[in-house]
Amino acid sequence: MSSAATGAPSAAPSRPAAWPRLGGAALGRGLVVAYLSIIVLLPIAALVAQSTDGGWSAFWRAISTPDAWWALRWTLIASLIVVAINVVAGTVIAWVLVRDNFPGKAALNGVIDLPFALPTIVAGITLLALYGPNSPVGIHAAFTKVAVIMALAFVTLPFVVRAVQPVLMEVDIEAEEAARSLGAGRFTTFRRIILPSLLPAIFAGSALAFARAIGEFGSLVLFAGFVPFKTEVMSGLIFAQIGTGNLTGAAAQSVILLAIALVVLLVFHRLTKWSLRHAG
Amino acid sequence: MPASGRLSRYGLRTFALGYLALLVMIPLGMIFYRAFEHGVGAAFDAVTTSDALHAFYLTIIVALIAIPLNTIFGVGCALLLVRTEFRGKALINAIIDLPFAISPVVIGLSLLLVYSETGWFGDWLNANGFQVIFALPGIVLATIFVTLPFVVREVVPVLHEIGDEQEQAARTLGANWWQTFWRITLPAIRWGVSYGVVIATARALGEFGAVAVVSGRIAGQTQTATIWISEAFSRYDFTGAYMGAVLLAVIAVSILVAMNVFKRKEA
Repeated sequence: MSSAATGAPSAAPSRPAAWPRLGGAALGRGLVVAYLSIIVLLPIAALVAQSTDGGWSAFWRAISTPDAWWALRWTLIASLIVVAINVVAGTVIAWVLVRDNFPGKAALNGVIDLPFALPTIVAGITLLALYGPNSPVGIHAAFTKVAVIMALAFVTLPFVVRAVQPVLMEVDIEAEEAARSLGAGRFTTFRRIILPSLLPAIFAGSALAFARAIGEFGSLVLFAGFVPFKTEVMSGLIFAQIGTGNLTGAAAQSVILLAIALVVLLVFHRLTKWSLRHAG
Repeated sequence: MPASGRLSRYGLRTFALGYLALLVMIPLGMIFYRAFEHGVGAAFDAVTTSDALHAFYLTIIVALIAIPLNTIFGVGCALLLVRTEFRGKALINAIIDLPFAISPVVIGLSLLLVYSETGWFGDWLNANGFQVIFALPGIVLATIFVTLPFVVREVVPVLHEIGDEQEQAARTLGANWWQTFWRITLPAIRWGVSYGVVIATARALGEFGAVAVVSGRIAGQTQTATIWISEAFSRYDFTGAYMGAVLLAVIAVSILVAMNVFKRKEA
C-alpha cells in the first residue's frame, strides 16, 4: 500500500485528480465506511459482545467444555497435518509444473485452481463419491479423521503451489549449475541452493492454508461429519451450538477461532514483507 | 547422472500426478458417473423438481444482487485507497481482508447476532416489518460478506500500475471526474474488474456455511443451490445431490476458463 502515497499526500486536494475534489472524496469515504459497518464491522462487534455476554467466566466455560476443548485441539492438529502435507505435495507439484515438461501440463496447471472455484459442498460430495460408502475402490473414509484430512487437503491445495510456483520460476539456474559443477549432488543442490529461496513462499502459502483449514465447514459436512470426539472441528461445533440456541457459547468459540486466524494472517503479512525486502 | 536425474524427474512427476489424480481428478470424474448412474432421464428429473429449480433460481438472484453491489463498492473503495489520502486507510485495508480470515459459520453467526429478531437491530427491524434472517436479505448479506474482498483486491494493484498521468491529462483538458472515470480509468481497469467479478461470482454461487446459518434452509423458500444439494443428500436423494454437484462443478470449470482468459488479457 505504501506506493499509494507516492507524491500524493499534500497534493491530493489541489491537483486535478480523477476523483471528485474534497467533498466527493469525503462522501465516498463515508459510503465505504457505512458499507463496511453494515456488512462486516457491526456483525463482528456483535459477535465479540455476545461472547462476553455472561462475563469472562461464561466465556471460559464455553471454550473449556470437554467437547469444545477436544474440537479446538483436533482443529489445530488436523490443520497442522494438512499444512505438512501441503508443504511436501505443494512444493513437489510446483516443482513439476515449473521444471518438468510433459503433454497436458497446462491442463494440470488449471486443475490446481479447481478447489478455489469449486463450491465447498461439491468438494465434499466429490470425495464422498470415490471414498464414501460403496466406494468403487474399496476405501471407506467417510466419517473418519482421514476424511477430515482429505477434505482439508482438497480445499487448501492451491495455496502452497501458487505461492511457490512464481518464486521457483525466478530461482537463478546459474547458481544451481555452479553448485552442480562444483560437485554438489542433486539433493544437496536442492537443500542448499533452491530450498532457502523457496522457504518464505512455502511459509506464506502454509499460513494461508492453515487459516483456511481451521475455519473450513462446507467440505466437511457430508464427507467427514461433525461427530463429537471423533471428527468434530470448531466450525462444526459452532454450527451445532447455533442450532441448539447456545449463542454465547458459539460466539465465544468463534472469537477463539477468529483470534487464531488473525494471528496466523498477521504472521503471513510480516513474512510477505520480509521476503519482499529480501528479494529486493 | 542422466539416469538418476531422469529417475527423480519421473518420480516427482508421478507423485504430483498421483496426488492430484487421487485427491481431485478421479473424485471429480466420479460425481459425473454417480449423477448419471441411473440414466440421464433420472438425473434430469432429480434436479428439475420445484424445490431444486427454486434453489438454483434463488442462488442466481442472490448473486445478481450481491455481485453488482460489491463491484460498485470494490471499484469505489479501490479508487479511494489508491488515489486519495486519508487517515485510517490501513484499518480499512485490514477490514477488507477480514472475510478471508473468518470461518463461514462464524460469518453467519455474526450476522444473526445483529439482524435476527433477537439481535441488535431485531426490535427495529420487527417494528418496521423487515425480515432479514431466514429470508432473502440475510442470504444476500452473507454473500456480500464472503465476496467483499475480491473486486477491491483485483483493482487496487491495477490502479497502482496504470498510474494517474492519463487521468490528470484528461482533467487538465477539462473533463469532469465522471468523464475521467468513464473514459480513462474504467477502460484501463476493466480486465481487473472482470477478473474480480468472476472470482466473486464463483464464491457467491458456492457459498454454503454462512448461508446455512442465516437462511433457515426452508425448502422452496430459502434454500440456495448448495443447501439444496446438502439436504438432498441427507434425504438419500443421491442422484439429485450428485447431479446438483455436477451442475455447480460445470459452472466452476467455466468460471476457471473465464478467469484464465481475463488474466491473459490483463497481462
